[in-house]
Amino acid sequence: MQADPRAVLTGVHFLNGDQACCEGALAAGARFAAGYPITPSTEIVERFSKRIPLVGGVFIQMEDELAASIAIQGAAWAGKKVFTVTSGPGFSLMMEHIGFAAMTETPCVFVNVQRGGPSTGLPTLPAQGDMMQARFGSHGDYPCIALSPDSPQECFRLMIRAMNLAEEFRTPVFLMMDEVVGHMTERVEIPAAESIEVTPRRLTEKAPEDYLPYETETSKIGGSLTPEMAIAGEGYKFHVTGLTHDERGYPSMTPETQHKLIHRLFAKIDTAKDRIIELEEDHTEEAEVVVISYGITMRVAERAIQMARTEGIATGKLRLITVWPLAEERIRELAGRVKAFVVPELNMGQVVLEVERVTGGRTRVIRVPHAGGTVHKPEQILEAIRRGAMTVQGAGA
Amino acid sequence: MEIRIAGFGGQGVILATQILGRAAAIHDGLHATMTQSFGPEARGGACSAQLIVSDEPVLYPYVTRADVLVAMSQEACTKFSPEVKPGGILIVEQDLVRMQQPPDGVSVFCLPATRMAEELGKRVVQNIVMLGFATAITGVVGEEALENAVLSAVPGHLADLNRKALAAGLEAGRTCLRNPSSGMETGAIPGLAAGVASARAPA
Amino acid sequence: MSASLNPAAPAAFPICENPAEQFLRSDRMPSIWCPGCGIGTTVNCFARALIKTGIDPKKVVIVSGIGCTGRVAGYMHLDSFHTTHGRAIPFATGLKLANPGLTVVVYSGDGDLASIGGNHLIHAARRNIDLKVVCVNNLTYSMTGGQAAATTPRDAITATSPYGAYEPPLNLPHLVAAAGASYVSRWTTYHVVQTMKAMERMLTRRGFSFLEVISPCPTLFQRRNRLGDGLDTMKSYKELGATRHNANLADLDMTMGGEIVIGNFVERDRPDYLEAMQAHLRAQLQEQYVDPYEHAEAESALELGELSCG
Repeated sequence: MQADPRAVLTGVHFLNGDQACCEGALAAGARFAAGYPITPSTEIVERFSKRIPLVGGVFIQMEDELAASIAIQGAAWAGKKVFTVTSGPGFSLMMEHIGFAAMTETPCVFVNVQRGGPSTGLPTLPAQGDMMQARFGSHGDYPCIALSPDSPQECFRLMIRAMNLAEEFRTPVFLMMDEVVGHMTERVEIPAAESIEVTPRRLTEKAPEDYLPYETETSKIGGSLTPEMAIAGEGYKFHVTGLTHDERGYPSMTPETQHKLIHRLFAKIDTAKDRIIELEEDHTEEAEVVVISYGITMRVAERAIQMARTEGIATGKLRLITVWPLAEERIRELAGRVKAFVVPELNMGQVVLEVERVTGGRTRVIRVPHAGGTVHKPEQILEAIRRGAMTVQGAGA
Repeated sequence: MEIRIAGFGGQGVILATQILGRAAAIHDGLHATMTQSFGPEARGGACSAQLIVSDEPVLYPYVTRADVLVAMSQEACTKFSPEVKPGGILIVEQDLVRMQQPPDGVSVFCLPATRMAEELGKRVVQNIVMLGFATAITGVVGEEALENAVLSAVPGHLADLNRKALAAGLEAGRTCLRNPSSGMETGAIPGLAAGVASARAPA
Repeated sequence: MSASLNPAAPAAFPICENPAEQFLRSDRMPSIWCPGCGIGTTVNCFARALIKTGIDPKKVVIVSGIGCTGRVAGYMHLDSFHTTHGRAIPFATGLKLANPGLTVVVYSGDGDLASIGGNHLIHAARRNIDLKVVCVNNLTYSMTGGQAAATTPRDAITATSPYGAYEPPLNLPHLVAAAGASYVSRWTTYHVVQTMKAMERMLTRRGFSFLEVISPCPTLFQRRNRLGDGLDTMKSYKELGATRHNANLADLDMTMGGEIVIGNFVERDRPDYLEAMQAHLRAQLQEQYVDPYEHAEAESALELGELSCG
């Protein structure tokens, strides 16, 4: 399906990441958003509130982030494509409804423009400290898709992708921006609507009497593990609950139902990992050191990579455009070949924990932590690359 | 080229930087990355924006050593002039900034932009006057690109006023280049012609 | 749930279906509610109110939070949502704004709506968003074992007020009316006809409507406070219930053994959220405004027209 041209601002613009994210949402078909003001994410819904009455849709500013994060889900079940935006403190409040969306398989996108934390932290300054919160923040076990843009142009593109993935897999999807990317203004090219691919809602075509809300093609080889959706008001009279439920959507408090449901929720993402994971690689094949990072930190790291190369260190780049699910297989492949991974992040070490786990001691992993508030100095990352290059191969971590 | 424009809230610092970035990124086909610092106060507080202009993709988004600093307040000048690199350019609003000792090896250009804007009829266009001046001096973007960017950023009924403001700033800059001591306090101006072509990634 | 116990036997009496049954998920019966609990009574009233209004059940959506009353959504044969604790109202807000053609009912308990969800209750009333909120108030947290609630009257014994409650309780009709609700009513589970009529009224009018139904929890609240069983409570509701329409809302506090003021307290016309939004944006943006409900609106207007006699 192609984007609705009425909502696509085709042309070349000078936008910040927040504004570009909003344009991505509109292009992807978002026609309902709810939000609560919080720096540095608010510009996204400020723009949405201005644009949406001209496009045909609704924005509502709710009384808090709990309300915003569940209002979008009500709208999703009435047929709208939806998203909300926030930053650290609001993200914490939204956790309950991230779990609700995962459990009820409600397509929705959560944008987190990360700022320094914990608590109120640094409202106007960057960090990447919510990466593990995105992955594990709500209680219970659920899979996660999180994308991390490194420029306003990519905020536009990845917001569309996040909305599309949410529809395809009926799961909450996270766009994990950061304050730098959100507030950074650059050239953003918005293509013609007909070249923007938009994923339609997976609506059921079954008659109400034949429809089971959480039935999937589990037993069919290659069948979809994502159930088809009905929307309210069309006579399906379906039930949706955050309780553990069977294929009818009815609560069922048994270990068997829990097993079946949770395994399917994981499997629907797991079996499609190859399609979900998007990476950007540069000179990883011949590298002795590979820098693994995401978002704004990768851009800064790229300067360090250039410096390292001029020093004669064969340095590769692996940018996690999809952070979750983690590109485990690719990292494992590289782990057997390179002397070291250097993992800079604007946090005290989050995604690096997963890189270490996946690497399993087969190659050295060098953390380059940063408490946030600004970006790394390229020299800090360069220093880590140098240390990596001096690793005696086979010595491990 | 790493550029910082700084002043106090309400002077149009952010808009000026945005216009310059738009001129570079959209009308001149360069890469431009703009960032800005936010304070909790909406008006009157220190305000600064940074713009990196290059013919290659911009990686590091912040100014490390400024090629150009446009300081529209005393505080901005005091705070940011030390980051101007030797050979760099410092442009100040001469009625609002008093400079004891210009930084070593930095060319200084002054303009009473606020006064000029008032003479044009509206003080608010002082940022556009300043932008014209800075563009003429640094050559960071083309004059046509700048005019296009200004006109796309201001409401239609203010187009004429802004065009005049821009022309006044550009003219003052050109005059200043032709005659470095034409009523302005200026320092040495080494390699300014080269500045026109120096829009590339800072080392 | 057929009324006939033995379908093979010749019917001695004409077999009557319970009219409420069409709105129930019979395959989920029996319910989790205890003998003597008042929630089922309110559901019966609700089903009958739906029938009375003649509303198309396809267009009725029910949203609950968490708790004993939070289970109502799960038993209603309607599009039904059992959401998170306290958040039924904002979920319902999203539903309504996405499709105003839906009649959106929020059905939950006092703990859910007034305590953990209290802020949403206030703001929904302020916005006057067209939700029909039924709050079954049993004065305690039942599902978790009968703890003190924001609605527990002073001196009541609960699991977390073993020496009697000493916090003043919330007066819900007063609260929502002050916040801007356009319809406010309170009855008890003894007053089934009035409850049904209040529900009927809510279903057929526009704007934020709130009905509080005082209801017993014989298993926990009634037992701990030696108030007898369900039947005893009905007797007390009959005796203590004092119908005072348009009563002074400040006088509606619930006390142990005191009068329970019941009645229809508020009914007023205020532009609801959707009317305000559409009228305002259309005035501001004129022909630039793209009505999000271009198609849906005609449909819902038709339905409201049909129902306006209710």
